[in-house]
Amino acid sequence: MKKNINLDIHHLARVEGHGNIHIRIEGGELKDARWQVVETPRFFEVMLKEKHYSTAAILTARICGICSISHCLTSLEATERAFGITVPETAARLRLLAKHGETIQSHSLHLLFLAAPDFFRIPSVLPLIEERPELVAIAARLKGLANRLCDLVAGRTTHPVSLTPGGVTRMPDKRKLSDMRRELDASLADIQVVVELFKTFDMPGFTRETEFVSLKGETDYPFIGSRMISTDGVEKPAADYKEMTNEYVDRDNTSKLCRLSRDSMAVGALARFNNNHGHLHPRALEVAEELGLKPVSFNPFENNSAQLVEWVHCTHGAIGLIDELVDSDSVELITEVEPRAGTGVGAVEAPRGILYHEYEYDDRGRVVKANCVIPTTQNNANIHHDLKNLVKEYAKKDVTEQDLELLASMLVRSYDPCISCSVH
Amino acid sequence: MKYLGMEHSTPRIAVFDFTCCEGCELQFANKEETLLDFLDAVDIVRFREISSEKGEDYNIAFIEGAVTRADEIKRLQEIRKEASVVVALGSCACFGGVNRLKNRFDLKAANREVYGIKTKDTLPVRSVGEIITVDMEIPGCPVSKPELERIVRHLVMDLPFSFPAYPVCIECKRRFTVCLYLLGQLCLGPITRGGCDAPCPASGLGCWGCRGSAPDLNREGFFDAAGELGFDTEEIEERLEMFGGFEVFK
Repeated sequence: MKKNINLDIHHLARVEGHGNIHIRIEGGELKDARWQVVETPRFFEVMLKEKHYSTAAILTARICGICSISHCLTSLEATERAFGITVPETAARLRLLAKHGETIQSHSLHLLFLAAPDFFRIPSVLPLIEERPELVAIAARLKGLANRLCDLVAGRTTHPVSLTPGGVTRMPDKRKLSDMRRELDASLADIQVVVELFKTFDMPGFTRETEFVSLKGETDYPFIGSRMISTDGVEKPAADYKEMTNEYVDRDNTSKLCRLSRDSMAVGALARFNNNHGHLHPRALEVAEELGLKPVSFNPFENNSAQLVEWVHCTHGAIGLIDELVDSDSVELITEVEPRAGTGVGAVEAPRGILYHEYEYDDRGRVVKANCVIPTTQNNANIHHDLKNLVKEYAKKDVTEQDLELLASMLVRSYDPCISCSVH
Repeated sequence: MKYLGMEHSTPRIAVFDFTCCEGCELQFANKEETLLDFLDAVDIVRFREISSEKGEDYNIAFIEGAVTRADEIKRLQEIRKEASVVVALGSCACFGGVNRLKNRFDLKAANREVYGIKTKDTLPVRSVGEIITVDMEIPGCPVSKPELERIVRHLVMDLPFSFPAYPVCIECKRRFTVCLYLLGQLCLGPITRGGCDAPCPASGLGCWGCRGSAPDLNREGFFDAAGELGFDTEEIEERLEMFGGFEVFK
């Protein structure tokens, strides 16, 4: 039978921010399939004008409630590059440790609380409290640990306080760091339970070739970096981020859209994995193999698997950083900041992909012009093209409206979009 | 369910988000140690960030975010009709939050600068209380997890909740945090409403006043004292303006 389907998902659930999905199929033919970002714009780039450099990171952290540590770090990178400052080694380690805390926090939130309910075909994690209490306990424990790691290193998970221009304000207590190390080590067994769970999930087999963009790992898997690469062979320094993103505006979306060599591009865990898998921790590579994740994967649903692989990598990374911090005698945490006129670009791998901030400062250290390019903005066009192709493919099969609604929602969710961020 | 021998209600809670970063509502899910007890005490009817359930039958609505578009005004009015208690969650909902910094600028020019000719609908930023009647305001950027938990406990037990009358400054003294003024930093702790347990000064950052004005604020005294320590009016006012929580800048 030739299907007619009319789907309007108003404010998709279990994602950060507000976006809609519209699908229209007539007689088994795709008529319309659209992903639309309707989030209210906040105009952070305008708010930043005239702001003192010491305010920029505090203000821009508020762009996002999930990846505020990434916004804070990207902002600091932009400011420090504009002023020609290098932060002390201990500060750089603490910043990366905070970054790992955020990646684990964000990935665990997405995988266990936002994405997993789809595979159980339930509306949220809440019904699992009675059906799978042991699993919910593990999920709460893992996410709680990540939040406590951020609290310990950055002073707070949401909107960090100890990350500041020139370095960090304080060194966490070494005994507390050692306790945290033990807990991270113990969490690996819990994470393995999550890996086993995801192995049982039926990942949709949809693929669409696209261009994956990430930071380039020089010696390590990249989180805070200076060069970008793409699977289509483009490579550029952070300062040329505009040529890597090519932002444009359309009538339908309050978020801008991006492209590079094709109509759309993708950033995030899968892009990082596809471009930099050789730099992953050996145990993370084993998990990739267990999950059947191979580079280059063109299946957007496998962003979930890539996040899980990164979760293992970041846990080992955090353990290694704590060992270095505890062994080090260095007490230097902050470099003196001398503002000067100039421009700087920060490029950081936020949980959902590369985040750029660019600030132009005057000689008093006040912002003249600011620009932020957000991961979900870079994914926006790609989500749209994926959705169209997915619906086209499934319209031909005998898919029910209910199944199509679930599949389309899962597709958007697998990008783990941060929609308020993308509009900022 | 009984607590201290008393029956208590199971409030039907809904959480809604407007113009914001959704970091405050995330604090509900971020209290992992007590998350399961919390979920046991309430009935979550609607919470889009974590659930695709779209229940309409709620009695307490938590509202995160400021109001910056006409469709948000309509949504808020509908929520007000349904909920018997409306709680403004976080500084954006209570005061407009950092979003309010936008109001300093010509919105048409701001819109053109960000979007070019394809401008988007936007209004000057307002708090939830400027649109509908709000029964309770929980300030903070983000809200404090332990305080949120105390408030929910009071709501469940149907007991009145009162915020501390003292400023953040007192909480630093209680935690033995070295005063940021002694380290040469500006801090709004002496005039900002307490209750957060002063996490920022404890991590080496002077208070930015995200919770808004403490009751009985001695504005002149504060400007004089900070002035004597070398902080000029412009710097202090810029900080007071940041989260929109000080009356003069509303």
